Amino acid sequence: MDRTSRPRSRRIALVAAAAAAALMVTGCSSDSGGKKAEEDSGNASAGKADTPRMKIAMITHAAAGDTFWDLVRKGAETAAAKDNVELVYSNNPDSAKQANLVQNAIDQKVDGIAVTLSKPDAMKDVVAKAEKAGIPVVGLNGGIDDWKEQGLLSYFGQDEFVAGEAFGEKLNALGAKNNICVIHEQGSVSLEARCSGVKKTFKGKTTTLNVNGTNMPSVKSTINAKLKQDTSIDYVVTLGAPFALTAVQSVDDAGSKAKVATFDLNKEMVDAVKGGDIEFAVDQQPYLQGYLSVDSLWLYKTNGNFSGGGQEPVLTGPAFVDKDNVDDIAKFASKGTR
Amino acid sequence: MTQATAPAASSSPPASPAAPKDGRTSERSLARRLAARPEIGALIAAIVVYIFFFAVASPFREASSLANVLYEASVMGIMALPVALLMIGGEFDLSAGVAVTTSALTASMWSFQLSMNVWTGVIVALVVALAIGAFNGYMLVRTGLPSFLITLGTFLILQGANLAITKLFTGNVATDSISDMDGFDQAKSIFASEITIGGVDVKITVFYWLVLAALATWLLLRTKFGNWIFATGGSQESARAVGVPVTFTKIALFMGVGAGAWFVGMHILFSFNTVQSGEGVGNEFLYIIAAVIGGCLLTGGYGSAIGAVIGAFIFGMVSQGIVYANWNPDWFKAFLGVMLLLAALVNLWVRRQATRR
Repeated sequence: MDRTSRPRSRRIALVAAAAAAALMVTGCSSDSGGKKAEEDSGNASAGKADTPRMKIAMITHAAAGDTFWDLVRKGAETAAAKDNVELVYSNNPDSAKQANLVQNAIDQKVDGIAVTLSKPDAMKDVVAKAEKAGIPVVGLNGGIDDWKEQGLLSYFGQDEFVAGEAFGEKLNALGAKNNICVIHEQGSVSLEARCSGVKKTFKGKTTTLNVNGTNMPSVKSTINAKLKQDTSIDYVVTLGAPFALTAVQSVDDAGSKAKVATFDLNKEMVDAVKGGDIEFAVDQQPYLQGYLSVDSLWLYKTNGNFSGGGQEPVLTGPAFVDKDNVDDIAKFASKGTR
Repeated sequence: MTQATAPAASSSPPASPAAPKDGRTSERSLARRLAARPEIGALIAAIVVYIFFFAVASPFREASSLANVLYEASVMGIMALPVALLMIGGEFDLSAGVAVTTSALTASMWSFQLSMNVWTGVIVALVVALAIGAFNGYMLVRTGLPSFLITLGTFLILQGANLAITKLFTGNVATDSISDMDGFDQAKSIFASEITIGGVDVKITVFYWLVLAALATWLLLRTKFGNWIFATGGSQESARAVGVPVTFTKIALFMGVGAGAWFVGMHILFSFNTVQSGEGVGNEFLYIIAAVIGGCLLTGGYGSAIGAVIGAFIFGMVSQGIVYANWNPDWFKAFLGVMLLLAALVNLWVRRQATRR
């Protein structure tokens, strides 16, 4: 029986392959969109420093495949290329494993370390070890309350809570009354901080809604359900760009009049803001966070400089993107660097 | 008839104390046969859950809310069907969740990077998805290793490849939007449109889901292949001894999961225009949960396709019902777990009652 069935499945595979090939040959090309239509992309580039080659490690708590962290990394890579630095990038959302990666960088005897302190207590010991080994450490993205205490040179990022507060103020100015804050990763400290920031300054009602971020259809249904449950909701606040675009569909499906505003940007977002589907986005400039942390380590090694004077954090956000200024950043976003 | 012979091929379905009587020859009444169907417990659990949320959450009562619940259930349920068949055939597929993302990424990147009509991407994605299923099945029958291990390997490989290949071609971790490309609108109308029934917009996936469920049920209960599935899942050696093509059956079942992953992947691509490479992780368990709530045994050889439909429906009702009822969102996952456990318990209790008499 096996013998009779196998050639058949092979034949089916052949037919499928042939069909795909035939489609290609017959020129089933798309006249619109696609790679051809996309303009030449590439990171911002400038000359290259002639300082001695050095090795800098960047260790983040990013989950794999997150658009936001991709921008951080691109910024870091651009700075590294410019400063004649070999960049070693690693990431793990689990704080114990992230600490191990820092230890790994110490063992490699790197010249500098840029690290996110999303769970500061878990990183404390290993950061102290790096400093003891004479490796300069800067912080980025997470840990605005702890970087100084842990002896980091500088800190680049936005205070998530402050960004949330600014977001809430903006909603007040737009006359919102009742918003939902959609958390796509339940229990994430930085996402919860954004929502509590919004809650603090927002004059109306803020309700949090947890959704399963790895399952888009479920995100869509859940926001839809919430809009049905409370029909007075007039703003949906999402904490990541892809979820904002999904929320727009949910609002449409639910027949709700709610508007959508979001934290963080990506390139599809630019069109959505232009077209009025999304009211505004808050950008914390992840590219800048990555770029500055590598560049500051280079400056420290070559010229002994401290960004922020070693006293104050260097804030990269919140910067608001709405209809009025979206054109200015559109071309950078379409390159995937903003 | 096919159903009646099936449990006999399995060594012993634990939930049937009636086994010593030797079910091969005795005639059972229609009511008794109905009550002993694998999905009956799930059906009663579904009715209980439905009445419960109907009572506590007023927005849940609207027809459009039901359409929303059905949408979430359908996207999960379309995958739960082939996963249920695979489980009846005695195997797991842990790569099912990321395979959905893999096919969506494949279609999107193929079309975009080569600036081709999106239909070419759709076809290439189908080939890739079927190949993943065939790989899983082939490795399984060749090595004899547990499917848990093999598909865990595939799961990790695909998870890494999704990210790395997307990054390689697009320079980003999400694909570029293909919504302005040739063929997109046509494909969207097939994979991700809505149909209005009595003023309520129902997503097209709901209809595909029900049609596929009918097809899977027919396949299981009315065809030779269905018998092979039950026999293979019950006892591989005895099945082989009586001439069931075990190798073919298993590979075909894995390829069925691949086909499901392709379909859901296309739905996700055409409804959201772009795909994030990290999506899909963890969904494989949801498919298995739906199948198990619906009466599939984790040990194979027993279960039904209709059960998987009801399982997905229960999951959809619970996850959306919690929102309609406006319960504290911090407890969301805990509520979900309790409700699912209750559904499973009702299911188990009903099945015990049904087979006791």
